[in-house]
Amino acid sequence: MKTVFGNTKIKRWLLPAALLGTVFICSAGADWLAPYSPQAESRTYAYHPPSRVHFRDGQGKLSLFRPFVYQTRLSFDSLRRRHYTEETGEKFYLKFFGRRFISVPEPAKIYLLGTDPRGRDVFSRILFGTRVSLAAALLGVALATTIGFLVGGIAGYFGGWTDHFLMRVSEFFIMIPGFYLLLALRSTLPAGLDSRQTFLLIVLILSMIGWGSLSRVVRGMTLSLKEREFVAAAKVLGRGPFGILTRHILPHLVSYLGVAVSLAIPGYILGESALSLLGLGIQDPDVSLGNLLQDCMSIPSIQLSPWVLAPGFWLAFISFCFYLLGDRIAQSGEIQ
Amino acid sequence: MKTLLKFAFKRGLAALPLLFFLPFITLCLMHAIPGNYFDSLRMNPQISAETIAQYEKNYHLGAPLILQYGYWLKNLLRLDLGFSFAYQQPVLSVLKSRAWNTFLLSGASILFAWGIALPLGLLAAIKRNRWQDRILRGVSYLGLSFPNFFLCLLFLYLAYRTGGLPLSGMRSVHYDALTWAGKVTDIAQHMIIPVLILGGGSACHLFRLMRAQTVEVLDKDFVLQLEASRIPRRTILFRHVLRNAVNPLVTLFGMELPALFSGAALVEIFTGWPGLGQVMLSAVRSQDLFLVLGNMLVISFLLICGNLISDVLLIGIDPRIRAWNPPGRSTS
Repeated sequence: MKTVFGNTKIKRWLLPAALLGTVFICSAGADWLAPYSPQAESRTYAYHPPSRVHFRDGQGKLSLFRPFVYQTRLSFDSLRRRHYTEETGEKFYLKFFGRRFISVPEPAKIYLLGTDPRGRDVFSRILFGTRVSLAAALLGVALATTIGFLVGGIAGYFGGWTDHFLMRVSEFFIMIPGFYLLLALRSTLPAGLDSRQTFLLIVLILSMIGWGSLSRVVRGMTLSLKEREFVAAAKVLGRGPFGILTRHILPHLVSYLGVAVSLAIPGYILGESALSLLGLGIQDPDVSLGNLLQDCMSIPSIQLSPWVLAPGFWLAFISFCFYLLGDRIAQSGEIQ
Repeated sequence: MKTLLKFAFKRGLAALPLLFFLPFITLCLMHAIPGNYFDSLRMNPQISAETIAQYEKNYHLGAPLILQYGYWLKNLLRLDLGFSFAYQQPVLSVLKSRAWNTFLLSGASILFAWGIALPLGLLAAIKRNRWQDRILRGVSYLGLSFPNFFLCLLFLYLAYRTGGLPLSGMRSVHYDALTWAGKVTDIAQHMIIPVLILGGGSACHLFRLMRAQTVEVLDKDFVLQLEASRIPRRTILFRHVLRNAVNPLVTLFGMELPALFSGAALVEIFTGWPGLGQVMLSAVRSQDLFLVLGNMLVISFLLICGNLISDVLLIGIDPRIRAWNPPGRSTS
């Protein structure tokens, strides 16, 4: 691990670590951090704009440490557009660190990022969606890395026709445009899969696309590493090929794999969300960042309720964090 | 020149299996799906079961996998890609215009991406760790982070708000009434958003590669030696550094192509650009077997062409390869 963490200042790791930590905590603690369940609908609050949290009431009285919200009432204008007006009569104070991180007493609602067409809290849905998307991406990347390492390592270590055959196969997978493979693979599966099966399927599909390019690089590095003395020594000492691959060659690849993995994760997240956005991935009662974006597929809904765009920006933010991490690892290691 | 042609021919021949393998895999996958296109017709009381059975027999839908593939190959020899059930016309005529559209979109995006990524990559490498470099790197990360499809939605919304650009599709309603120049500008206007998104995305990627390559070349000893020989900086950069830095990128061009086509498919779907990706989505959804197969064939054909081009370009750029033997894709 010294290649990754050696001779670097802790400072440069701070930013990506902090940002990614936030993302992970958000998705792991979604059950508590989200004010509402992702499926909880309140149809009377469809397309509710983000709730205004007040620190000062109508009389100008400050309550800095006890922010509150007002209950809202729905009305329609002459174009049948929704308008929510605050009823300033009764204050509903926010309650922190209760059963949920933030809650307000009923009948008031707190929608930090507004609601979707079915009156579900976008903020809560983003938190839960992140969990699904991130899990799919991480599992997919883990699987792809394992396959890529094994195939590349075996090809590089044994050489000869094994190498030739394995590299033709991986070349084939590299050559297929990922999106077409996604579509083709997804189409083969019956529509009636439950959500857990769909999730696993997406993970599988994503890793099928991703392992190829990784295996080629691993093969190249294995080719040069296997000529080194320590491999010869291990061989003499009686270690088998698999042992050499995992014990002696893998540690040398760690920093490269670290960069490759963290730069690849955004691609997996985007792949999952593209599938779900097109209705081929995770489907409605379940949330993922992709199918959250289905709400902004039409221009009127973006115009009238711009807060439905929030999942997209969050998605971009997560990708950005991973790119940042990959960049930092690349800078710190001696990676060519 | 002769060796070049021979080489291109050889490479093309080597790529041929891929051309047929991709549709074969697709066929296997499609075969695994229960049902076929005619399932939806079965619901229609006006179409009798006999008619459907007749159709299925005509198109060998019930035949075993290998036979189906055999029939498909046999027809392919006559340049007959089969019949699209959903469009009710031969697959070839459906795909012809679509393939051209996808080619147009991807081609323009490639030009756009290389056009901005190379100079900016060079600039960032020269100004390494200065503010220009930092800003460019930040922008490229941002560009990579935003998913294509989300950018599509944002751009379309912006276009809608400003009203300057067409929102979707490839042609205006009154396209046929336009003059020749008018037609070109009309398509160009429709292309702006897709090309910006698709090309911008790959430009971010290319920029990072270009910067890394240039930095590596700049650190080489020969650059120092050239500088010491008082050769003008401009000459060093453009004649020596640029050529060395671009070299690996040309190889990558072929490897990047699949990603570009996937991106193009998504952008097509979201901006309503009538290309291959859009057809593929609807064909996969409706199990329009021959259309899917044809689509895969065309895509693999485009891919192979792209790889050939990049190989040939590499020979043109890199004299070492001309002297040596032709490059294989498998670098050993």
